[in-house]
Amino acid sequence: MSGETIEVHGRKRGGNVQGINLTAYRLLQWIKSPRPYLMLIGFALFLGFWYLSVEVWKLPRFREMPGITEVIKEWLNPNPTYGLSLYTEEYYQHIGVSVWRVAQAFFLATVLGVPFGLFLGWSKKFKEYVFPVFETLRPIPILAWVPLAIVMFIATESAVIYLTFLASFFATSLNTMLGVESIDESYVRAANCLGASKSQVFRHVIVPGALPFIFTGLQISIGVSWFSLVAAEMVSGQYGLGYVINTSYTMVRYPTIVIGMITLGAVGYVTSAMVRLAGDYLMQWRTRELALGGQ
Amino acid sequence: MAARKTILLDSVYWRGAISIVVFLALWEIGSLSKIWIKWETFEWLRNLLVAFGIKPIYLPWIGAVPAPTEVVAVWAGVLGDPGYWQSWYMSFFRVMAGFFAAMLIGIPFGLLLAVSRPAFGMGFPVFEMLRPIPPLAWVPASILFWPTQEMSIAFVTFLGAFFTIVINVVGGARSIDVRYFQAARSMGSSQSDIFWRIILPGTLPSIVVGSAVGMGITWEVVVAAEMISGGGSQIGGTSGGGLGFFIWNSYVGGSYEQIVVGMISIGIAGFISSELLRTLGKRVTPWLRLR
Amino acid sequence: MMAAAAVAAAPPQTRATRGAIVIDDVVKIYDPDGAAVMAVDHCSLDIQAGEICMIVGPSGCGKTTLLNAIAGFHEITSGRILLDGKVLCSSEKPKADPGSDRIVVFQNGALFPWKTNLDNVAFGPLMQGQLNKSDALEKARGMMADAGLAGVEHNFPGEVSSGMRRRVEIVRALMNEPKVLLLDEPYRALDSLTKSVMHEALLEIYYKNRVTIFFITHDLEEAIFLGHKVAIMTTRPCKPKKILEVDIPHPRDYSVLTSKRFRELMEETNDAVHEEALKAFAAGEKEG
Repeated sequence: MSGETIEVHGRKRGGNVQGINLTAYRLLQWIKSPRPYLMLIGFALFLGFWYLSVEVWKLPRFREMPGITEVIKEWLNPNPTYGLSLYTEEYYQHIGVSVWRVAQAFFLATVLGVPFGLFLGWSKKFKEYVFPVFETLRPIPILAWVPLAIVMFIATESAVIYLTFLASFFATSLNTMLGVESIDESYVRAANCLGASKSQVFRHVIVPGALPFIFTGLQISIGVSWFSLVAAEMVSGQYGLGYVINTSYTMVRYPTIVIGMITLGAVGYVTSAMVRLAGDYLMQWRTRELALGGQ
Repeated sequence: MAARKTILLDSVYWRGAISIVVFLALWEIGSLSKIWIKWETFEWLRNLLVAFGIKPIYLPWIGAVPAPTEVVAVWAGVLGDPGYWQSWYMSFFRVMAGFFAAMLIGIPFGLLLAVSRPAFGMGFPVFEMLRPIPPLAWVPASILFWPTQEMSIAFVTFLGAFFTIVINVVGGARSIDVRYFQAARSMGSSQSDIFWRIILPGTLPSIVVGSAVGMGITWEVVVAAEMISGGGSQIGGTSGGGLGFFIWNSYVGGSYEQIVVGMISIGIAGFISSELLRTLGKRVTPWLRLR
Repeated sequence: MMAAAAVAAAPPQTRATRGAIVIDDVVKIYDPDGAAVMAVDHCSLDIQAGEICMIVGPSGCGKTTLLNAIAGFHEITSGRILLDGKVLCSSEKPKADPGSDRIVVFQNGALFPWKTNLDNVAFGPLMQGQLNKSDALEKARGMMADAGLAGVEHNFPGEVSSGMRRRVEIVRALMNEPKVLLLDEPYRALDSLTKSVMHEALLEIYYKNRVTIFFITHDLEEAIFLGHKVAIMTTRPCKPKKILEVDIPHPRDYSVLTSKRFRELMEETNDAVHEEALKAFAAGEKEG
């Protein structure tokens, strides 16, 4: 009996389905469905409402709001009235600063949080000792730490990164721990039957088994990082997108507020997608399984 | 029941208690480093810090934090201040209001997206585009839009929870096993029957999970908003602004112990609201009780 | 497939000398929340080396507990279990050490989804350091080819059918030359067509390897078709109610299913099984 082969897009694949081909296939399917067109309608409705309410009907509530044409004109203006547009260097500086801060905080939180979470899930004793303290500190909102962070770190740059790190760390370690705990006992038992030592079980079963959860956690974590970063920047910072949004408000540069918001949304989405793609790559087995399931 | 009694003496609780005590002890020692680091015995530590470019006044980071004993002392004093309790009330009120508003609008909206394919096609991409924008980034826009500061805080709070709840509702509704629908249809259910008896209960577990996360986010946003926009009506001292404002005010006023008091208070408040939610959730989904 | 050759009816004691299990008066009492639940009630069973022993009983009756005790996942309350004369577990040592002499094939499959089939199969010897990487992979490839699994080495378990996964799992176990294979309703989730193919595949593997097989099932037909010995268990607490020696000669193929002797054996045991099934149904037992 020969092995089974999988049919993908008319071509037989015996097990080396490339990531890119799968994406291309899925993209084609998406274009053929009604989905992209509905999406356009949705956006049109949303943006249309924004345009009409501010600039055409001039609804009372919306009086102070910057209109969509105003925002777009400003954003695409080589010589912007308020100093920030796609053409100004300052724009990219702010983006760069924010991204760099998130990168540092996220990296640190991952490097510390994943092993910490793995250990919490793996060793019952360790969890019994450490988890109560962890769970007591976790509910404290990150922003409640701001004044204390300023007191502790004096230099506001470190304080901002610390705050972002904290939020990310909690999310990552919690999800990692849950990931380890969610591993089906049968896998560990099977490994034991097959003669694996404890450390081998950890390396070959626990870590790969927890990866899906870990990556979900990392996606949450990066979202949380952006959340904390923006807040921290708004309160105490000198560059960055949060700072931009806040000062635009105080300096009555309203279109820039919206530019800042949109940029934040886009950058946040991109970083989150990057994490997701990294996860998809590391967990080939899962992407293939899901693909075969038609998702 | 003999089995129950022994749980209290269980090692699990002892270990947790020990670690909390150890944590507090380390914190106390760290904070008091302002004092003991000057002693002869710690000359080596002072030199080490200097080598790293840190002024050896106290242990870095932890040294600047007030000690647990100091915090407790201040807290005892604050408990008598009605302004403190009013902060509690304000924050709680904002959180609950924002949260339930988010549920009230978010759950139907999420269900609509899940049930109607055209609605999903149109609404979800816009939703997903707005979702990555951190709620706090909406604060200035919100202030511009809404007449009072209170409403602008409420709006931002609402947004924070709204996105999480909708995502969870949509996810939950989509993951309802298709066989439940098939079973219902084969027994002759109408569309509304299917909605009320399958979709709604089937989504409830996800709603419960979503609300737990949403509650956490709501607290974050409320605290942040209170700190940023000055807490609304400032009737002097510690009153009126909510716990976030309490913390900020303490910082500005130079009372570091009060900062920590505020932080812990918020932690406790957050814990209480999560527990309330969890019990409510269990009531609503009795079938999920573990066997 | 295998032709029905005439071979001696007795179980192949002369061919296999290892893997004899003695379950001696084993009792297992669970204690959930203070209410003692007896899962296994003074169960005694003798399994000979190289024998296929089928354990039949209604869901939730405690058969898995026995298997778990042999494998070393659960403790026993009293009694002993011996493997080739050596004590696995007893009242002094309630939990056996899991080891590669008794390997379990799990109900829902426990192939590591994040490793390819080949890496899964090579896992055991690699972990124990018996072979280096290239030798292990070589041997794995060979064994998979023997079992008719050539071609799916580089797939992940999630990409192949569940029937194929089961076979890979069995090959993974056999790589370690175990004395005993412990199978916990491995074909429960398969349709009956795939099941019949799996049965013949299992027998093929058995004829080449002569391990002792301890096979839990709720399907009496499957039990009589495969086994040398069929132990019908009572509903919880678990205890052998009736032990049947299947005297249909090995090697067997699916024509056995319609043979006169097979039907006779079914008649003998059907009542006993049905009786216990009714009891379990009335008690509302949840599947273990």
